[in-house]
Amino acid sequence: MNDSLRVTGVAQPFPVGEPVNISRRSFLLASAGTAVGALVLGFGLPLGLSRVQAATGNAAAPGTQVPAFLEIRPDGRIRLLSPFMEGGQGIFTAMAQIVGEELDADPATFLIDSAPPGEQYVVMDNGMRITGGSMSVRTSYPTMRRLGALARAMLLQAAAERLGVPVGDLSTEPGRVIHAASGRTLGYGELAAQAMDLPVPDPASVTLRDPSQFRWIGKPVQRVDAYDKSTGKAVYSIDVKVDGMLHAAVQHAPRLGMRVGELRNEAQVKAMKSVHSVHRLPGAVAVVAERWWHAKRAVEAVQVQWLEASADAKVRQMPADFSSDAFRDQLAATTGPARDEENEGDFGKAFADAPTQVEATYHNQFLNHAQLEPPSALARFNPDGTLEVWLPNQAPDMFRADMAKRTGLDPSQITLHSPLLGGFFGRHFLYDSANPYPQAILLAKAVGRPVKLIWSREEEFLRDALRPMAVVKFRAALDAQGLPVAIEAVSATEGPTEAIAGKQGEKIDPTALEGLSGKAYAIPSKRIAQVYVKGPAMLGYWRSVGNSLNDFFYEAFLDELADKGKQDPFELRLHLLRDNQRLTNLLQAVGDLSGGWKRGPFTAEDGSRRARGVAMASPFGSEAAVIAEVSIEQGQVKVHDIWEAIDPGSIVNPAIIEAQVNGAVSLGLSQALVEEAVYVNGQPRARNYDLYPILSAQRMARVHVRIVESGAKMGGIGEPPLPAVAPAVANAVAHLTGQRIRSMPLSRYTFS
Amino acid sequence: MQLRINQTTYEVDADADTPLLWVIRDDLGLTGTKYGCGLAQCGACSVLVDGAVVRACVTPVAGVVGREITTIEAVEADAVGKRVVSAWVKHQVAQCGYCQSGQVMAATALLKHTPHPSDAQIAAAMVNLCRCGTYNAIHAAVHDVAAEQENA
Repeated sequence: MNDSLRVTGVAQPFPVGEPVNISRRSFLLASAGTAVGALVLGFGLPLGLSRVQAATGNAAAPGTQVPAFLEIRPDGRIRLLSPFMEGGQGIFTAMAQIVGEELDADPATFLIDSAPPGEQYVVMDNGMRITGGSMSVRTSYPTMRRLGALARAMLLQAAAERLGVPVGDLSTEPGRVIHAASGRTLGYGELAAQAMDLPVPDPASVTLRDPSQFRWIGKPVQRVDAYDKSTGKAVYSIDVKVDGMLHAAVQHAPRLGMRVGELRNEAQVKAMKSVHSVHRLPGAVAVVAERWWHAKRAVEAVQVQWLEASADAKVRQMPADFSSDAFRDQLAATTGPARDEENEGDFGKAFADAPTQVEATYHNQFLNHAQLEPPSALARFNPDGTLEVWLPNQAPDMFRADMAKRTGLDPSQITLHSPLLGGFFGRHFLYDSANPYPQAILLAKAVGRPVKLIWSREEEFLRDALRPMAVVKFRAALDAQGLPVAIEAVSATEGPTEAIAGKQGEKIDPTALEGLSGKAYAIPSKRIAQVYVKGPAMLGYWRSVGNSLNDFFYEAFLDELADKGKQDPFELRLHLLRDNQRLTNLLQAVGDLSGGWKRGPFTAEDGSRRARGVAMASPFGSEAAVIAEVSIEQGQVKVHDIWEAIDPGSIVNPAIIEAQVNGAVSLGLSQALVEEAVYVNGQPRARNYDLYPILSAQRMARVHVRIVESGAKMGGIGEPPLPAVAPAVANAVAHLTGQRIRSMPLSRYTFS
Repeated sequence: MQLRINQTTYEVDADADTPLLWVIRDDLGLTGTKYGCGLAQCGACSVLVDGAVVRACVTPVAGVVGREITTIEAVEADAVGKRVVSAWVKHQVAQCGYCQSGQVMAATALLKHTPHPSDAQIAAAMVNLCRCGTYNAIHAAVHDVAAEQENA
């Protein structure tokens, strides 16, 4: 078995755990909680793909190449390579619960790292492997359960051979195989070496556990990384270190697309302390130094003559006169052509015939991701020409393919390591000009040594991909009873997916309109359309993507319709959902959670005047309903409580769901109350948290969560709790103050 | 210059104005203390200097010579720090975890000086940023340690 330890060093993922020096040939495994240099005995790692396939009867079925995923150590601890990256959403813990449930192993005994790129880790039912779209658990749940069951079958088979008894006479308890008749037991760790040499059974031969017998799925299992993350032991990309490494910092062009001209003081910068070299990169200048602090100081001192973009620039060009406020006006002024995403009934006729018409225009702001870990990348070329890169990413295969394209290397010559993400929220997808790894690779190549490049917070704010902006024009009609019978929303915007593609697709970018489209309310005539307006800003995915803005627009406008028609907004929603039992239950659940729907205004115990607002959303396969309670303090909105009911169909970990709801509420409040990426003269006004406020502890609301398991198809959790937060707040504010704000953030206004 | 960090004396070759953060991370390899903003805005780099919380990203290293520095790596050597870590695990505070070294250090400093903080004192002390929205869990964990100390 020791052969397997030496087969393919380049296929070895970097262990996430203690910071270690990784010399080129002697990898030290240092998983979370493991002593540095622990000898790995057991099956699985590192196996070359050929070995894995040879050991696998059915290479075609996803998630069946057991040895590629699992290694069981002599002490019984189980190392799992997760197809999904951990960035706070708790996926490592969920994977331990799901695999452990069927393997019959306590999730607490799991050590988990991110899997490297490779077909064997493509386990999502849509044929992809990314960490995003709140898709990890819901697209891989049966596959990852089956993986655990297959591994258990292999351990049982190994035990049967060891004990000389039929497999049918054996059972398991967590971490052990039991021969009840003789009382003999064998720990998984004792069996792992033997099990490794067995073929993976036919996937159809294993039966999964009855959900009524679950020990860990559906339970508030503790996170596998809670202790390491409370004691500084967790390792992120920014922490990784390898032998002989140099540090790099960059100064980006003030506007994307600009080119490096003369460096007026290059000689002086080269002479600065610990500076190794100064480099011209596409759209940036870099300094490589012995210490990052020196690299940063030196690169900030470089006096660069920035040249305007050339006509053939491959990146988006940010013009010198671009401003976010002017761009909003441009969106508002662009009226066509529009393409319909939804068109039911006859909106035009219904609108013309109705006794009451309502019109309103909404817009939102650009946003930064502002994850706490600044982006970094560590690149190392090995003497055999192979490349290793450590970097934050949500899509390892896509990143590796891009590196192959950039370097001319074959993907098999590139090893990708994916340490923990210090927050992501959509930040770490493949955004051409917004990732540091292309620079790190160029620098490592240029200096012939490993280079770790960290983008300072200022450089990150300059190159982050923004959450898109939209201007939405609504029209709606009410019948004689004041009930909506027709609604139209036309959004002038560019969705993130079409922005990354650089052009409009044949079909409408679903990430542009989700949240305007897909609403469940029974309004007979509706038209949802997009006017595509390509802008110069680099756009990306932001937690809950299109829903993060579109549900704000729609749910706030729906309250305007309620007010115009003299309807209570909670009762109106119930009426519009009268034929939808799932959403009726959900709305009533959040009402109950809040102590019964009470719109106010009312006077709270502390004497403040308060009101409540309600909103709903159907994002990423789940359903959410939110009630917010607000007051006004010194002219600004104070959110006291958020009650949220969420129905993801079925669940894996209620404690992590509650944490994710808290996190989504935090971002939802942040965009509703304070956050905004403002561009003036082609540049972001904010380059750090001083001018880019994110929600502080002071402005966090109490959060009350009710999980509703309707049994519907499993939906997502990371993003779905976010979109209904901002409109619930805006609706409460409108009722309390009489000021209907049709944009975010509310900090642009003063309330009384 | 010599630095006292986590009860150990280190000989460090750094410019006087180098921020303590980068000496800790790059010279000494103690990467539990995080870089977030470099401007004392986020608090991810919080460490203790003579028991008081400071933001290492704007603290010149020369200013802490001869003083007792504690980083997250040694927080459990402190009785209060150990209780804070336990409460952090019990309340499952961390999500991405990147800011949590600083949060734990800030809470430890608060509870060492003010064993029974009021809500207002907690609010005044726990001002580090968290993008994952762990604020309520942090508040609960701090309260838990305070209640525990009361009973002790």
